[in-house]
Amino acid sequence: MLYKNPYNHYFDYVVQRDIDKCIRCKACVTQCSYGANYYDADRDLIYSLDHNCVGCMRCSTFCPTDCISIVRNPDAFRLNANWKDHNIKDLYKQAGTGGIIITGMGNDKPFTNYWEHMVVDACQVTNPSIDPLREPMELKTFLGRKPDKLEMNKNGDITTKLAPQLILETPIMFSAMSYGSINYNVCESVARASKELGIFWNTGEGGLPKALYGYGKNTIVQCASGRFGVSPEYLNAGAAIEIKIGQGAKPGIGGHLPGEKVLEGISETRMIPVGTDAISPAPHHDIYSIEDLKQLIYALKEATRYEKPISVKIAAVHNVAAIASGIARAGADIIAVDGFRGGTGAAPKAIRDNVGIPTEVAIAAVDERLRQEGIRNEVSLVAAGGFRNSSDIIKAIALGADAVYIATSALMAVGCTLCQQCHRGRCAWGITTNDPELSKRVNPELAAERLVNLIHAWSNEIKEMLGLMGINSIESLKGNRDRLRGVGLSEVELQALGIKQAGI
Amino acid sequence: MKVVYPREQWCVACNLCEVACMTEHSKTKDPLKMYLMERPRPIPRTRVEYRPPLSISTMCRHCEEAECVEACKNGTLTRNEKTGRIELDQDKCLGCWMCIMACPYGAISQFTKGIGTEERAVANKCDLCPDREVPACVTVCPNRALVFEDRG
Ligand code: SF4
Ligand code: SF4
Ligand code: SF4
Ligand code: SF4
Ligand code: SF4
Repeated sequence: MLYKNPYNHYFDYVVQRDIDKCIRCKACVTQCSYGANYYDADRDLIYSLDHNCVGCMRCSTFCPTDCISIVRNPDAFRLNANWKDHNIKDLYKQAGTGGIIITGMGNDKPFTNYWEHMVVDACQVTNPSIDPLREPMELKTFLGRKPDKLEMNKNGDITTKLAPQLILETPIMFSAMSYGSINYNVCESVARASKELGIFWNTGEGGLPKALYGYGKNTIVQCASGRFGVSPEYLNAGAAIEIKIGQGAKPGIGGHLPGEKVLEGISETRMIPVGTDAISPAPHHDIYSIEDLKQLIYALKEATRYEKPISVKIAAVHNVAAIASGIARAGADIIAVDGFRGGTGAAPKAIRDNVGIPTEVAIAAVDERLRQEGIRNEVSLVAAGGFRNSSDIIKAIALGADAVYIATSALMAVGCTLCQQCHRGRCAWGITTNDPELSKRVNPELAAERLVNLIHAWSNEIKEMLGLMGINSIESLKGNRDRLRGVGLSEVELQALGIKQAGI
Repeated sequence: MKVVYPREQWCVACNLCEVACMTEHSKTKDPLKMYLMERPRPIPRTRVEYRPPLSISTMCRHCEEAECVEACKNGTLTRNEKTGRIELDQDKCLGCWMCIMACPYGAISQFTKGIGTEERAVANKCDLCPDREVPACVTVCPNRALVFEDRG
């Protein structure tokens, strides 16, 4: 690279190509949306501009002879435990641009991952385990306010008026991802999968494209501080409404969709002009207290004739338990708590990596507080933020969650390799981009199948895990922290999670 | 009869269909050896047209009323009455390119067959991979942009 700024010319990956195995098919050239690979006709060779590579592995997975390896740039700064590679590069970048560093996806810093410090109990001798292949196993989950007591008439019919519920075939939902941050094809994939699985997807704050209204029964429509795409029709189109107060990846700030991503369909759905930045205010300007939140909750209930549960989504922050208690008392039917490993389409890196708390401790704290106050039944609790597999989910439910939201994992099922370039709108896997050439990389027919496969696989694993605990219904695991033990945690951490040390 | 249909809205221009087609019609059936060692090197019978943001892989439609068969004067191109497929017998082909002019889909290309004194140009087109149940291009396509269907 001749015309470059050497002060900023540090890059993370090198595209290694075994040229003896290269058949010049140019798959790597067309697939790289960052312009890192090109064909030189004069020499009949494929070259790479390593500094453009973001490590998304689109090219290496498509190469028909497997001759590409994406490797970490061996170019090394002197080892320094204080100044890590990313600290150094970020500093140079900012000295060059004077700007805030924006990134995508969730917090990638090595904070303690509490899922990895919890183990699950199993039956031995004194209590029998259950074989889910031979005996029925119930994963059906109801989200919404539950009554204090049930009254029945002589015939055994329930006479208590029940609050509206969301009925999930398995305790997993697709978390909020807005149309615009992800393209239409991804929205359709998630919607199709939800319908097939009997679960819910969440529109995020970008409104619901008209063509997806047919998936309304499996849709949670979001109402965020920017009110993008909110209309009476929209509010009534979904099965539930979620008020977005905060997001785990960037607590305290609003969503931001750069104008370049606001194309025709997005502009129509969001009800803003093409090309304008869609910047949600940091707070809802009509919510400065729990009382204000209550007004919005009831306004939305009125607007939907009290037929739909109202969820309130908050980022997991220090005081999450008290806030959740307020939200429950404000009349929410569901509280979604999004931990700091939750993903985003764009966030300042400083915020993504340093603000908020892990969902593990947040869920434990909220469940505990709501129980102490005797209002746990009044609200369902949904955990979000960084679920990687079925065992994370089992543990979240044992800690007190009713269900979980997944988004990063869902995008991974569709191809995402966590390259953290979502904010650039050039996603090589065709997910967080609205570019027509890139968007068609997600074929909803295929993507929906992969999402359904993932949720089926996880649901089967959850059944296996319930079975070995001798439990035949997910309902019986909720908040059953006695089935968890901590390994390698301090006493204070065990206390925060409300679990015992292994061996005790 | 089943033929390959492109669904251009899902084509990602990866060219893997071309690679698979060449490999399937090679002696070694190995992409690397096909490319490095086989001479003449096979050419793809489907072509990926790439005009960003559009791309589409096109190959012979095995037309009901095949213009190429009409145009071919020496019986190189014929319909197999059993399978319905339009077959091309390269041993017969004289390289007059009437079929290329006649085909409304641009599905026929020129191929240099043999080497040295044996070298001669003949027509080349999709044969729907007679040795395979599902054609190579359909199997390889990572985004279901090619389907093997009977659309009547
Ligand atoms: S496709 Fe991805 S991994 Fe390959 S060169 Fe481009 S940016 Fe790097
Ligand atoms: S994809 Fe692989 S074989 Fe094809 S041009 Fe690139 S490096 Fe060569
Ligand atoms: S393999 Fe499929 S996606 Fe790739 S170029 Fe061919 S038709 Fe298009
Ligand atoms: S070569 Fe062209 S005209 Fe002949 S059958 Fe195929 S598509 Fe039709
Ligand atoms: S069906 Fe077979 S011969 Fe025809 S284009 Fe596809 S791979 Fe080539």
